[in-house]
Amino acid sequence: MTEARTPLWEVFIRSRNGLSHRHVGSVHAADAIMALSAARDVYTRRGEGLSIWVVPSAAITASDPADRDMLFEPAASKIYRHPTFYEVPDEVGHM
Amino acid sequence: MSDRFSALLLRRADDALVLGHRLSEWTGQAPTLEEELALANLALDLIGQARTLYALAASRGTGEDEDALAYLRSDREYTNLLLLELPNGDFAVTIARLFLYAAFADPFWRAASASRDGDLAAIAAKAEKETAYHLRHSAEWLIRLGDGTSESHRRTQAALNRLWPYTGEMFEAEDIVLVAADICPEPAGLRDAWNATVEAVLAEATLSRPPDGWMQSGGRAGRHTEHLGHMLAVMQSVARAFPKSQW
Repeated sequence: MTEARTPLWEVFIRSRNGLSHRHVGSVHAADAIMALSAARDVYTRRGEGLSIWVVPSAAITASDPADRDMLFEPAASKIYRHPTFYEVPDEVGHM
Repeated sequence: MSDRFSALLLRRADDALVLGHRLSEWTGQAPTLEEELALANLALDLIGQARTLYALAASRGTGEDEDALAYLRSDREYTNLLLLELPNGDFAVTIARLFLYAAFADPFWRAASASRDGDLAAIAAKAEKETAYHLRHSAEWLIRLGDGTSESHRRTQAALNRLWPYTGEMFEAEDIVLVAADICPEPAGLRDAWNATVEAVLAEATLSRPPDGWMQSGGRAGRHTEHLGHMLAVMQSVARAFPKSQW
């Protein structure tokens, strides 16, 4: 089967109630229903999931790796954005 | 009664094991990685069903363990449907066979989950969930093969035509004593549900239903096609060469 007939789909699985869907991998399939079926057969064999999303890989717009410095480097020097300077009173417990 | 019940369990277990083994023959040869895993999953479902049915038969009277029932009986002692022992053929034959059987097995196990026998009812309830997926998976593929390219349509119609004479055997009468005791559903009563499923999927797949003509029979009595003996020879070779070995 050709790539055109069976395009790539990204697979997201939700493992338990309360947790969000996580990207687990990708499958080739002719359409959305077959992609769900393939995702079920490839990625939930050991009871990993309660819910599956499939998304056409072509629908994902990705950042360019060449832009990495421009996009992400400026955040590296701004440590004050991390909330690590606050003292949490004991009475608050776990946040 | 226990002989009749064991015979019922063996018929249904043999169905599951033979089809499960046929599907497992695709391992390493499926058209795509995704379908490779899908077919192996289906095979494991069926082999699991066979194991629980053999184990129940063993505990209720046959006296042999599940391995002996699977690996040490000859083709004449197997009572599976002829449909399920036919070679896989191409992907269209494999999918069409799976669909035609799952469209029967799904309502069968659903009805059997109301069996008066609690153990059989529990096995049936588990099997029904698995078989429901077998039906969905094979129906989706059948629709895409039938309504796909002219080549896939031609091959799928040919597969249906070849398999059709083997579908009548599914509806042959079950043991009247077990049916009367509400232990087992009567297969003939499932024909309407099967017809409805098959008609709907074939219509969507733009495939035509072959005419109901003369139907093959004999599997339930141990009279098989020439294919089962060869399949069992491979399936049983390790168990027969190394009896009772464990790994």
